[in-house]
Amino acid sequence: MAYLQDEKPAEGPYHWPSREEASVIGKDHHRLDGMKKATGAAKYTYDINLKNQLVARALGCPHAHCKVVSIDSAAAEKVAGVVHVHVLEHAQPGSEISWQGELLVIIAAETEGAAAEGVDALKLEYEQLDVFTSEHDLEAAQKAGRAKKGGGKVETLNEPGDDEDEDEFIEKELARLFDESKHVVEGFYGIDAITHCCLEPHGSTVEWQGDKLNVYLSTQNVSGTDDGFANSLGISADSVDVTCNYIGGGFGSKFAPDYWGVAAARISKATGRPVKLMLSRDQELKIAGNRPSGYINVKLGADENGVVQVWDSHHWGTSGISGGGVSHTVVPYVLVPKNYRRRSTSISTNMVRARAWRAPNHPQACAITQTAYDDVAAAMGKDSYDVFMANLVNASNGKAEVYAEEMKVGAELIDWKANWHAHGMGEAKGSVVEGLGMALHTWGGVANTSDCLVKVYPDGGVESFCGTQELGTGTLTVCAMVLAETFGLKTSDVKVNVGSSTYPFSGASGGSTTVGAVSESHRRASQDALRAILELAGKQLGVEADGLEATAGRIQARSDANKGMSWKEACKLLGLKPLEVTRGHRRGTASPLSNSGVGGVQMAHVAVDRDTGVVKIKKFVAVQDQGLVINPRTCSSQIYGAVTMGIAASLYEHRIADPKSGAFLNAELADYQLARLGDVGEIIVELYEPESERQRGVIGNGEPPAISPVAAISNAIANALGVRVPVAPFTPKRVLEALNAAGRA
Amino acid sequence: MKSFDYAEPRTESEVVALLSKHAGRAEVLAGGTDLVGLMKKMIIKPDLVVNIMEVESLQSIGPHEDGSFSIGAAVTLDDLLAHPYLENYPAISDAILGINSMQLQAQGTIGGEICQKPRCWYYRNGQGLLDQESQVSEGDNRLHAILGNQGPAKFVSSSRIGPALIALDAQLRIVGPGDQQHFVPVADFFVTPHHADQRETVLGVDQLLTHIILPARDNSFNATYEVRHGEGPDYPLAAAAVSLEINTSGRVEDALVVLGHVAPTPWISHEAAQTLVGSTLDESLAEAAGDAAVLQATPLSDNEYKVQLARVAVKRAILRAAGFETGGF
Repeated sequence: MAYLQDEKPAEGPYHWPSREEASVIGKDHHRLDGMKKATGAAKYTYDINLKNQLVARALGCPHAHCKVVSIDSAAAEKVAGVVHVHVLEHAQPGSEISWQGELLVIIAAETEGAAAEGVDALKLEYEQLDVFTSEHDLEAAQKAGRAKKGGGKVETLNEPGDDEDEDEFIEKELARLFDESKHVVEGFYGIDAITHCCLEPHGSTVEWQGDKLNVYLSTQNVSGTDDGFANSLGISADSVDVTCNYIGGGFGSKFAPDYWGVAAARISKATGRPVKLMLSRDQELKIAGNRPSGYINVKLGADENGVVQVWDSHHWGTSGISGGGVSHTVVPYVLVPKNYRRRSTSISTNMVRARAWRAPNHPQACAITQTAYDDVAAAMGKDSYDVFMANLVNASNGKAEVYAEEMKVGAELIDWKANWHAHGMGEAKGSVVEGLGMALHTWGGVANTSDCLVKVYPDGGVESFCGTQELGTGTLTVCAMVLAETFGLKTSDVKVNVGSSTYPFSGASGGSTTVGAVSESHRRASQDALRAILELAGKQLGVEADGLEATAGRIQARSDANKGMSWKEACKLLGLKPLEVTRGHRRGTASPLSNSGVGGVQMAHVAVDRDTGVVKIKKFVAVQDQGLVINPRTCSSQIYGAVTMGIAASLYEHRIADPKSGAFLNAELADYQLARLGDVGEIIVELYEPESERQRGVIGNGEPPAISPVAAISNAIANALGVRVPVAPFTPKRVLEALNAAGRA
Repeated sequence: MKSFDYAEPRTESEVVALLSKHAGRAEVLAGGTDLVGLMKKMIIKPDLVVNIMEVESLQSIGPHEDGSFSIGAAVTLDDLLAHPYLENYPAISDAILGINSMQLQAQGTIGGEICQKPRCWYYRNGQGLLDQESQVSEGDNRLHAILGNQGPAKFVSSSRIGPALIALDAQLRIVGPGDQQHFVPVADFFVTPHHADQRETVLGVDQLLTHIILPARDNSFNATYEVRHGEGPDYPLAAAAVSLEINTSGRVEDALVVLGHVAPTPWISHEAAQTLVGSTLDESLAEAAGDAAVLQATPLSDNEYKVQLARVAVKRAILRAAGFETGGF
């Protein structure tokens, strides 16, 4: 992978202060909105209630695959409080519905209770059709006609001769390479589909003011969803204002208005009243976002040092009704041998289409490939750390040296040497055995497009406007820190405005692109604003603007701190009008402020009860590089959260579909198990930021730390038991079944 | 949630009168931790909700002359846990602590815990409690019963405290209809339904569970062990509650072994108890009792692993009751 660092301009008008010069960035800072969130003062979309609003609830399809035969809403219309019945276009009689939970009819009522009662009173007839949801079962998918050939690729150091059949050559070449391998390992690995499970469900409250549509939307894409509403409603985007001040989770699933948001706008238009429509919990899990599953059969051949020389794999999985699954482009993952063949099969299931989930494809790819690398170590009786280290020669992103350093840091933090034992050879305490495992990952994190308007008022006030969104990740705080750093102020001296599509455009928060985006736009706008103020102050002080600096609430000469004035005095020089500067960054443009391409190493120390199959996390270490860190506190928080989600995917959460009906059986939080505080053990986060990384500029880290946990934990369990539990989550059932299959129960 | 009428009676007889008047159409609300969710999902749609939390007689914990004591059905799990009377009944405190949720323990009541509906995901998705169309036997039954599952009831009883109460020989006071008062051993309270119109307990639609009566104990050789997947408030995969009489030489004189979350009712294992009685307790005896407890297990297509978990739960409950290390988490 080639990253923007290669194109980084050596000099320019925009830059970050050095570590020594920085007074705000690089220092831990509490979230500016933390107290509001902790006290409930922060208003999320779910908290928005408009005067005279209707509350809407929807009927979700009870079947995973059916035709709608008829819809009778007469009884629903008679329920006290029901105001409007809206049959969705895709649900008209005769329509085929291909997954459970798809919304069919929306009822708007005076109260949530009346709307729910209205939904319950709807009478629909269905013709049930064939169902398939067992995507882990490749043979069954093929029999059911649900499997399609997916992407693939072959790379070999040797190439076929001009007159050789390419397919025959590949078969022979792979066979030769396996024959010559010192160690050959074959394995099956998998990871089930999980859902986004946003604590705040998808939804919106909408109101029309004449021809203007105001939308309070739970979204990761404040600046980009007005188009979606406008296109669907046949109006122009400037007739739509989208607001989202706080969001209760998105994780890649909240980029669009969604058809239910558009339907709310239609109902609002039809009734002349504001409409609030938030999905119910089961609808949220069933239709509002899931991550594809992935399963793989793989064969590896390694040399005497454990370096994999040849890889041959076939993986499959699903992204729902349209097939898909894990992209073949990320298999094998990071550690890519010189000779490999990868094939994939796409399986169509009666499940809603997948949506982006933190680091699309990467967590699954890591989970189903780096487990195989660990099994090479197990087969050799070698320390997994040494085998991973040896295989860094095949790191595909040019970060081998960084990984090596991160591995050393991680090993120190988890005390790898003291805790390591060969696979399955640890000492048991009662029925409990312990183990270590590791994995590594990569991600882009390029800065998204972002514009920012900075206003500096003659009284010294500073305010910024940017159409980004505070996802709960600390974006607002980062913006304020950048402004405060630039102007030599405190974060309490600046006001940051985000969360409205009426502000300058800023890209969607996806792909770990936000921190780079907003630090770019806020730094550029504020540096240029500062230059204008320095010009004015310089004239007053008789000092060249270049010789001035903004620090500790003052504008002063670099050479003589007594030659200066307070920030407020400097701003008075603006006269009567505020200074307004809008600057931005375009995604993909080389910049001295941001970059892309990160790596990370994670290590897990687990304990497994062999008699019950219960796994507990004792300690988890995450070492992560992300270029220059603006706020170590929120940067670390991202990693704590990602690791927690990774632990959930490793041990607890998965979508469970009924094999007979295709129903999503655990689509409630009472049944959809997640990791709780007591389950995550001790998490150690290390931000890897030597000067070489800091010089690269800001890179997002929202996604990368969510990639490695499943592989690291799987490897730790395999180390503890001496047996691979093939498919995540590694539940007691699966652990016991794996032990039984291996004759180790 | 369907609209409903709401009543807040002050006495047991007022509650019973309301339940009788609206027999089959009324639901009792205590902590609401189970009922409200079921109502929101329209699984239960009562015309009348009777809140019993204002009935004073249901709120107290009090002793009797014979050393036994009564616990009002509306006593919260946290209040019960904190009560000094519970000292000799670790089987109950183990079970409450296993809930692992400040919210559920503070809000949930002992009566509600016993009377909660099963957590079968087919039932909770509106497909009924019984396996009428083979949805469980041919479906995903990883969390379902491995014992007592020969009829249409394949679900597992959700009560975590029920097995402990049975192991401790507790009784229930039930009132209604009218002025009637019944004392029912907890062991007889839970029943396995065979038809859709049967309930999972003997409690009639016009009756109210008012008190749990715990007999006196002069030792604390009792315990609950739950195999829990994680540290959250999720239900255990299997559990066992055990009460032992152990003489001074370490020999088991009497034993009651009750499994939880493995059958449509708490499951009394006479086989496990018989294995213990007359022998000196050690790890191998506990293990033998665990083996005996699952001899009759008939796992479904996807829950063979629960046989092992039930076996381990029994073994570890016995060891814990006797004050030994369990050897696991």
